[in-house]
Amino acid sequence: MTKIEQDKEGQTNLGRRRFLTAATSVVGVVAVGAIGATLVDSLEPTAADAAAASVVVDIEPIEPGMQLTIPWQKKPVIIVNRTPAMLATLKKLESDGVLKDPLSHVPQQPPYCENTYRSRKPEWLIMVRICTHLCCIPHYRPKKASVTASWLGGFHCPCHGSMYDLSGRVMKGSPAPHNMAVPEYQFSGDGKTVTITDMFPKAHLC
Amino acid sequence: MSKFGDWINKRFPAREMMREHMTEYYAAKNFNILYYTGSLLLLMIVLQFISGFFLMAHYVPTSQDAFNSVQGIMYDTRWGWLIRYMHVDGVSLIFILLYLHMGRGLLYGSYRNPRELLWIIGYVIYIMMMGEAFFGYILPFGNLSYWAGEVITSIIHAVPIIGPPLTTLARGGAGVGTATLERFLALHAVLWFMIIAALIVLHILALHQVGSNNPDGIEIKNLKGPDGVPVDGIPFHPYYTVKDTFGVAIFLTIFAAIIFYAPTMHGVFLERTTFFRANPMVGLPDVTPPWYLAPYYAMLRAVPNKYFGIALMMLAIVLPFFLPWLDRNPVRSSRYRPVYRWMIYIMGATFFMLAYIGELPPLPKYFFLERMGAAVYIGFYLLLPVISSFEPTRTPPTRVRS
Repeated sequence: MTKIEQDKEGQTNLGRRRFLTAATSVVGVVAVGAIGATLVDSLEPTAADAAAASVVVDIEPIEPGMQLTIPWQKKPVIIVNRTPAMLATLKKLESDGVLKDPLSHVPQQPPYCENTYRSRKPEWLIMVRICTHLCCIPHYRPKKASVTASWLGGFHCPCHGSMYDLSGRVMKGSPAPHNMAVPEYQFSGDGKTVTITDMFPKAHLC
Repeated sequence: MSKFGDWINKRFPAREMMREHMTEYYAAKNFNILYYTGSLLLLMIVLQFISGFFLMAHYVPTSQDAFNSVQGIMYDTRWGWLIRYMHVDGVSLIFILLYLHMGRGLLYGSYRNPRELLWIIGYVIYIMMMGEAFFGYILPFGNLSYWAGEVITSIIHAVPIIGPPLTTLARGGAGVGTATLERFLALHAVLWFMIIAALIVLHILALHQVGSNNPDGIEIKNLKGPDGVPVDGIPFHPYYTVKDTFGVAIFLTIFAAIIFYAPTMHGVFLERTTFFRANPMVGLPDVTPPWYLAPYYAMLRAVPNKYFGIALMMLAIVLPFFLPWLDRNPVRSSRYRPVYRWMIYIMGATFFMLAYIGELPPLPKYFFLERMGAAVYIGFYLLLPVISSFEPTRTPPTRVRS
């Protein structure tokens, strides 16, 4: 078979050849893409992992002013039963204008927590206890003047000194950029337990 | 294109390799359906590598968790069932392709001078594949895995002097357990696979050194045109790449149909006893190997003596290495050797009969068939030097028939 014959044959069937090449390529790419996407999808967490990822916490034993920190999806989540006096400090700090994002406009929490208390029920704070600066775990410092002379109670990060109020709202002058993240959660009907389900997708941890 | 291509080619012989192995590698124009098997085997090895990678991402090699992790792959991992069945059914398809590939070599005399080394490398790949399949077989740690591991490692035990320490080395302890799974995973996914991959490269390099044989068994290099190109040869690319792409499409359709509609092939590709947890206290109703190893197992059972049975099996495995020198006839292809062709048919049919018997319970009533089968299989190799010396042959054509 000589080169010339090949060319002649190629020219007579060029259109059909191009169509067949294109059709085979398209089908091949679709098949490879489908199996490739499937294989990569297999590396995603399983439904069982996702089910194990939500945690039910019995909050009845947590007395006013007390906190409980539990592991949730390998992250510490703090549950604080805030007293009326503690809640009053939130309003005061808001009016003093010392908070970076007092109205929680940055979506660090689900929409139902976009309020002063950053919670579904004012007294219950449920929050991922991770500083938005560099992922340290802030100390819980509820007592007045326990960090600075004007301290009203809140969270103080031991790494780089970021300060948060008792709603986890970051104070001006802190290296941390955002308020601490609030996960998605819901209370049971009788209010005795809280189920922490998912991370709020838009929230930025650190 | 060409500027980038020039940059690359100054530093890497891409064009040269493309020419040498694709566009100016000439293969006979009369390849038939059996010539799809080589490229399909290459495809299947790549697919096994990919599916194996994704399985290993979820697998736990401990005697406590291995079985659960595989069940997790089947029921929890997204598409895990698809990936596992790809891997499991892939093994059986590889062995089907291997037997067709080797059968083709027998039929057309592709093992003959100058292709002895090509045949030997290929046969080593086949034996390595048996090991690879065996290691993989143990990993899911179902009850069949456990007992297969016990039985096969105890075959090593029969080797004089070094046997017992070798068995302990293979198991990593007194019995098959976590240490066995860990080292079998390392062997399966790293060492054995790397050796097989390297041997495949050698196999292809050896093939391209001597050129592909063809169904007529005649050298196309002996008749070249004025341009130095064999007159019966066509460039591998684009002719055979396109043909192989067609073969791939048909083959993958069959592969997908098996995965979706008969993933265990009614207990042949994946035995029922693999679905029960490994239990050293509960034996199996009958321990039979997967179908592709069953012929050798049937020969092992044909002799009711541990050492002679193993020796017979080893002989059956080793004999094909000598095939290039056992065949004395000047004609290669069985197309022109009716006696040799019927010998291959009988030997092939016997081999698959042994595979069938190897899956049956080990009862004395099968002794006759097992012994007949072993005699025919081994007889093929031992009688070949004699028969091939005086068998009647027809004269092969000078040009390939198309």
